[in-house]
Order: sequence, then C-alpha cells, then structure tokens
Amino acid sequence: MSLAAERATDPSNPPGGSGRNLRLTALTKEFSTFTAVRSLDLEIPAGTFFALLGPSGCGKTTTLRMVAGLDLPTSGTIHLGDDEITYAKPYRRPVNTVFQNYALFPHLDIHENVAFGLRRRKVKDVDKQVQEMLELVELESQAKKKPPQMSGGQQQRVALARALINRPEVLLLDEPLGALDLKLRRGMQIEIKRIQTEVGLTFVHVTHDQEEAMTMADTIAVMNAGVIEQMGSPTELYENPRTTFVANFLGQSNLIPGTVSSADGDVVRVDMHGTQVSIPADRAHVTSGNGWVGIRPEKVLVAAEGEPLDAPGNHMSGGVVTDVSFVGVSTQYLVRMPWGQELMAFEQNTGRRAFLTAGTKVDVSWRPEFAFLLPASQDVNAGAIEEA
Amino acid sequence: MRRGRLTGYWLMLPAGLWLAVFFVIPFYSLLATSLYDPEGSVLTGYDVGYRFANFVDVLQEFWRPLLRSLTYAGIATLICLVLGYLLAYAIAFKAGRWRTLLLVLVIAPFFTSFLIRTLSWKLILADDGFIVDALQTLHLMGENDRLLATPVAVIAGLVYNFLPFMVLPLYASLEKIDGRLVEAAGDLYASPSRGFLKVTLPLSMPGVVAGTLLTFIPAAGDYINAQLLGSTNQRMVGNVIQDLFTDTGDYAAAGALSVLLMVVIVAMVMVYIRKAGTEELL
Amino acid sequence: MNGLQRASRWVSDHIVLAGGLLVLVYMFVPIAIVMLMSFNDNSESRNVYAFRDFTFSNWTNMCGPDGMCESVLRSIGIGLAATLVATILGTLAAFALVRHNFRGRSVMNTVIFLPMASPEIVMGSSLLALFVSGGFGGRLGVVTIFIAHVMFCLSFVIVTVKARLSGLDQNLEQAAMDLYASEATTFWRITFPLVFPGIAAAALLSFSLSFDDFIITNLNAGQTVTFPMYVWGVAQRGVPMQVNVIGTIMFLISLALVLGNMFATRKKA
Repeated sequence: MSLAAERATDPSNPPGGSGRNLRLTALTKEFSTFTAVRSLDLEIPAGTFFALLGPSGCGKTTTLRMVAGLDLPTSGTIHLGDDEITYAKPYRRPVNTVFQNYALFPHLDIHENVAFGLRRRKVKDVDKQVQEMLELVELESQAKKKPPQMSGGQQQRVALARALINRPEVLLLDEPLGALDLKLRRGMQIEIKRIQTEVGLTFVHVTHDQEEAMTMADTIAVMNAGVIEQMGSPTELYENPRTTFVANFLGQSNLIPGTVSSADGDVVRVDMHGTQVSIPADRAHVTSGNGWVGIRPEKVLVAAEGEPLDAPGNHMSGGVVTDVSFVGVSTQYLVRMPWGQELMAFEQNTGRRAFLTAGTKVDVSWRPEFAFLLPASQDVNAGAIEEA
Repeated sequence: MRRGRLTGYWLMLPAGLWLAVFFVIPFYSLLATSLYDPEGSVLTGYDVGYRFANFVDVLQEFWRPLLRSLTYAGIATLICLVLGYLLAYAIAFKAGRWRTLLLVLVIAPFFTSFLIRTLSWKLILADDGFIVDALQTLHLMGENDRLLATPVAVIAGLVYNFLPFMVLPLYASLEKIDGRLVEAAGDLYASPSRGFLKVTLPLSMPGVVAGTLLTFIPAAGDYINAQLLGSTNQRMVGNVIQDLFTDTGDYAAAGALSVLLMVVIVAMVMVYIRKAGTEELL
Repeated sequence: MNGLQRASRWVSDHIVLAGGLLVLVYMFVPIAIVMLMSFNDNSESRNVYAFRDFTFSNWTNMCGPDGMCESVLRSIGIGLAATLVATILGTLAAFALVRHNFRGRSVMNTVIFLPMASPEIVMGSSLLALFVSGGFGGRLGVVTIFIAHVMFCLSFVIVTVKARLSGLDQNLEQAAMDLYASEATTFWRITFPLVFPGIAAAALLSFSLSFDDFIITNLNAGQTVTFPMYVWGVAQRGVPMQVNVIGTIMFLISLALVLGNMFATRKKA
C-alpha cells in the first residue's frame, strides 16, 4: 500500500483541509427492484460547498451513503484524490456525515456525543477540542445536557459539531435541515455556510429543497431518476437550464411550444404561435425542429393593452389576466394567451405600476437574452410537481 | 379525562380484587405459615407462634439447595444472555423481512409443553444418546461419564426452558434502537465492535435488565429441570419446598423456605438494578 | 481486491445472522425429537428412550394410556375457563390503566408486574397457604386450579393489551367522533377492532400458560390431575409415546394460531 493510500484509510491521521477532490466514476447502485443510481460520474473539487439536489427517490441519498461507506455500490468506484475508498469501511475513511434527524446518541451527553469520534481515534486533548467546537456552534453552555433535552435547532448544531470536530476531508450533510421549521432553517443555512467558509472543508449537501441548495452551495448537481441532469453554479442552473426537469424543479418556468425557423451565428429564431422570438445561441439547446421556449415568470413583463413595455424583441398581445395573487414582495399573475396556454408572470411590488385585475386585457413581453430553448422531446411537466 | 371519573375504578376493580385476594393476601398467608409452630400439622392445625427460629432451622438444613438454586440460575442466566443476545440481535438487525417470522419461531416452542420438551432433553442427553456417544468417541467424555444427573444437564435444561424469556425483552429494546445511531458510530470511526460496546449495548440495557430478571427469577424457583434431568445431588430449593409441602407436610418449614427464597431474590434484584443503573425501569 | 473486500463484508454481515439461526435451531431440537418420537413404536418396552420402529399407532390410538386423554380434556376445560375470565378482566383493567386516571394507578402497575417477577414456587405455596388457612385444604381441585390460573394469566393479559392500546393513535377515535360516531359506536367500530389483535394474542398466551402450568397447579390441585401433572407422573415410571402425539398437536396448533395472529396483525396494523 502506498503512503498516500495508508493515510486515506488511517483515521488516526485525518488530513483536515489538506484538500483532495472527491471523484465518483461510473457509480451504480442497483436494488432488487430498481436502479437507484445509474453510472454516475462526478468530480467534486476540494473545499467547495456542493449540493446534490433532487426529488425524493432520485438517488441522491444513496449516492451520499455510498460515499460515506454505509452502502456498497453495485459497480463503479469512489476516489479521494488518488486513493480508492469504494469498499473502505465507514470508520476507515476520512468522511463524516451529518445524519438526517441527526442520529445523536441519546445515552450520551452533548460533550460525549461531540467527543465520540475523537475518542475512537484515541486523540489527545479531547476536552479542549470539544470545548472549541461547541463554541463554534455556540453551544458551550449546553455540554452536560442529553440530546432529548434540546431543541431541534440545537440538536442540528450538535450533529454538525460532532462530524466537524473530526476535520474530515469531506463532510456529508443528509437533508440536515429537513426537521426544522422554516425560520430556523433560513438561519441555519447561513450558519452552515459561514462554518464551511471558516473551516474550508469540502461539504456535500443532499437536499430536495432548491432554495436551500441555492442559498448554500457553490455548485449544484440536479439529480433525477439516478442520473445527474445538470451541474453548475446556482445562477447558471437557474438562468440557463438545459432540461425541462431543471427548468421546473429549480424555481418555476413557462414552457411554450415553438418551432425553430432559423439558426444563424449567435441567435436562434423561433416561431411561437405566430410570434417570432429570438434566443441567444448559447441558451438554445436545440437548433432545428420543435422545442420549448422557456422563460422565468419574474422575467415576464405584463402591462394593460397598449401601454408601453420595456422589452425590445419578444412582444405578444392578446393576453387576458385570469388570476391574481398578492404575495407581498410581488404580485403573481396568470395570463391566458390567445393559443390557450396560461403563462405565469411575477411583478415586483415596486409601487410604480398599478395592479391589474382579473379580466384585464394585457400585452406580455420579455427580453430575448432571458429566454432559453429546450428540446421538444423532453416532458414539459418533468420536475414540476411540488413536493415540499 | 372526559369520561366519568369513576369509570377507571370500575374497570380496574375485578382484576384488582382478583390479584389482591389471590396474589397479595396469599403472601401474607405464606408469611404467617412461615411463623407457624412446626409441632402442628395440617390435620391438627397450627399455632401461629411467631417462631422466627423456623428461618434459622431451614437455613441450616437447606442452605445447600438454596445456594445451588442461585448458582445454577445465575449460570443459566449468563448463558441465556449470550445466546439470547445473539438471537435477538440477529432478528432485530440482520433478518430483514424474515423478522416477524423468526420472532414467531422464538415464541412457538414456548407454547409447547414445558414438561414434554424437558423430557425430550432427557432423551437427547441420555447415556446412550447421540451427544454422549459423540463426546465419548471424541474422548471428551470417559466411557462411564454421564451427562444426565449432572449439573451440566440441569443447567442446560434451565437455559433451554427460559431462553425465550431472555430473547423477547432483548429484542424489544434492540428493535427500538435507531439503525442510524449505529451507522453514525461507524461514521465516527468506531469499528463494529466499538460501536456495539459504545452505542448498541448501552442502549439495550433495559432489555438486558428485564431479560436477566425474567430468566433468573423463574430459574431460581424451578425444580422441574433438577427433577427430570438431575439427581438427588442437584436438588434445588424448589424441589425441597415442593417435597415439604406435598410429601412431608411440614408447612411451617416450607413456608419459611419460600419466604427466604423470595427475600433473597428480591435483595439480589435490588442490588442488581442499582448496579445496572436503571431504576427508572420499574 | 474488490471482490475480496466485498466477500469479507458479506461474511461479517451474515455471521451474526448465522449464529442467531443456530440458537433458533437449538430451540427446536427437542421439538423435533418430540415429533419423531410420536411415530416411535415402543410397545415392547416402555422404559427405554430410543427410536425402535416407525408406526402410526400412537396417533391412531391416541387415548390408549390410562387417564391421559381425561387429563388433556380437564386441562383444556380449565384453560378455556381461565382464559375467558382472565382475558375479560385483564382487558378491562388494561383500558383502566391506559385510558383513565385514578388514584392507585401506579400501585396497580407495580402489582401487575409482580406475578411475572415472582418464582412460581413462591406464588404456588402462598396460594396453598391461603387455601389451607382458609379451611379449603381438603377441597383443593378444579376450582382452586382455576383461581390460580386466572391469577397468573391476568398480568400477562393486562401487559399485552396495554401495549397494544397505548400504541393506538387516539386521533383515530377523535376523528371518528368528529365524523358523528357516538362514544359507544367509536368504541365498537374503531377502538375494539384495532385492539383486538392484542386481545387475541393475550387470550392465546393465557391459554397456553394455563394449559402448560405445572408448579403452581401441582401445589393447589389436590387429587385432580391435569395434563402436565399426568406427564410428571408418568415421567417417573416410563412415558407412553402418545404423550409425544399430544406435544406435537399442541405445537402445531399453537404455531398455526401464532402465525394466524401475526398475519391478522400485519393486515390490520
């Protein structure tokens, strides 16, 4: 065994921030009745905050468990730097997990929960390190309590501290905030992001909550039915989705059927129910035949018929407002277009525009650089069913 | 609660009365019997003599069977704990979808006559049975050594008969353990054996305590195994009490010995529970 | 290398299961012997425990041995009566303990636990002491056995039904009442059907405890002979092979009932 390999599998010498990439190659996990993960290839650079995002049953948790060593893949490999850890036992890999529902040991107090990993590795100065770690998560005064005596948010931070204190090369977070209420969740998202920046370790975060993934992660991989649909920064995924699944799962999208009429240079022109719209070539993922023209609701501008609209290029008239919901920061309209489809449009409540009421005839437009074009072969409803 | 305030009493009353009259009061009768003047008999009647000397007498005469009962029951309980833990652990964590079926199989022998099963052991351990033959062929036993009528046979019988009492409470507490806790221990660098010692075992302590009590107590009072599988050299305190009541008719001594057995058991249980640190169990 | 690692993990995953199954096999060896011996032709010599010849005659001539079938019937009768009474009283008590607050509830919870934690010999001799001091020493028999059996079955019934009842989601009952069911309708339509598997299990347990009891029964039976007492008696002289037939039948019936209860519980729960 090489020196490096020894280090990878020797938990008494955790490298802590020395930083090696996590690489999954053709990783597959089959269960008796279905394939949870299908030939997954993924490289996660050291030090990043990486999110695996997808609906329940998409294979993200299975992937995480294989990285943690809790499940064995059917085929494929997992490498940390140059060392293969595919079949290494969980307690012999420099990877720690923040479990869903935390899995805190109910018979041990907070101090001993956090100390657990260090004690198993016979590290010295356990008490001092635990003290520091509890300070990092602001629980130093609770050390003697038992887990059931603590609130959900506190338990969550104990779980984080218990994993982090081992300075793993990769920290796995399995739906870490799923059991918290909305307000607490927002606070913890920022907290976890702060801690990640502070310690500089690789965090791999599994979640079905797209907002959570976008708030925290540098890079998101959207997973569906055992494969990765698209990977990139939150802005990249949101602004330029490559599949209908990503377009619907990450935020909401209007997807309008159209036919490509011309593709030259850096612009693709699409005929959309008689209206010509143009789409930048780097956002058009088909260049001929039929496709879905996609536009995010907050990019759609609505104005009463005949009033000026700021959007050169893609302009359509003949819409009728069918539904209005006021949600505070914005007003959400449903507009029925002449071809029968209802488009969503979110208008910021800047106070500059008057509210439109249901039944109002409106014009609709958007800036061409905000639209995207997806292949017509993809399911228009993929990923659209809300789960959370 | 919304329902009538007296409903609880009425529902509890019949069972409570039955237990009071036929379980609690009899202990008082037993206590009284244990203080009878042994000069009397069932036919002539007894004088309640507050004769505490009865206890000294039975202790002097029967300390051997009493000590033997506690020793045999203790050894049997330890063996049950090891075997029972293995079985309960396998069912709780390793059996997958066969879990319920295996549990049923644990309970099933329990529903078949205790006596017939013990007689079956007599057959298995018999001098010309296959186990003795095999051990003799392997020279682990001498030609004239026996299994029957030895402490080994009696303890084996006790282990066999009380194993389900160990397995069920152990299973109940193991089954409650969240599998993710064990995974978390592994994730935090505990090898399977460390994870077991640091997480699974402490969390299953309620089951260990309940199981050892449910095994030890009836085993200490049992005399069927000693009678069928042992000889006069393996007489346990239960044999003595039974004989004193039914053959000798010495009620005073029998009562005193019963009370003594109960006192010793209660004392041991108290010390044990204190040691195991699970007072909240009871 | 990978194959080896996978294989070693498979072995370590399954070694505990294999050990557990061995323990289970150990629990079944005597029962297998009982079944085997029920086909043993041992008419020549009743004293030797050895398999001689295969025969069905033990099964066809089940009631051959003197007094055996009478004792079985007596045990069944006592078992049914004790089960009926213990199940009814125990179920009522379980409802009281789970659903009602009353003074002395925690005392009752302890009293219920005690019969399960007392050696049978002590319970049996206490009861005998009571009967004798009450002047019933000469009238021991079916009635005193019945009283004793109800006493020790009660605890098991209460504990079993309590477990089922406290696992029951009270929201279901509240939902029923919300949907216009009266308290009585709610009880018979919702509560009782959901608790029934627990009651059935308790009755099954009671019957087998009663049918199988020897130590307490023997002390309080007088001249009455139950099936375990019959077996005890013949064990000193030589066991007729028909005893094994009864043992086999008991095992098969209880296995069927336990499996039936398991499936019923699974379907309803």
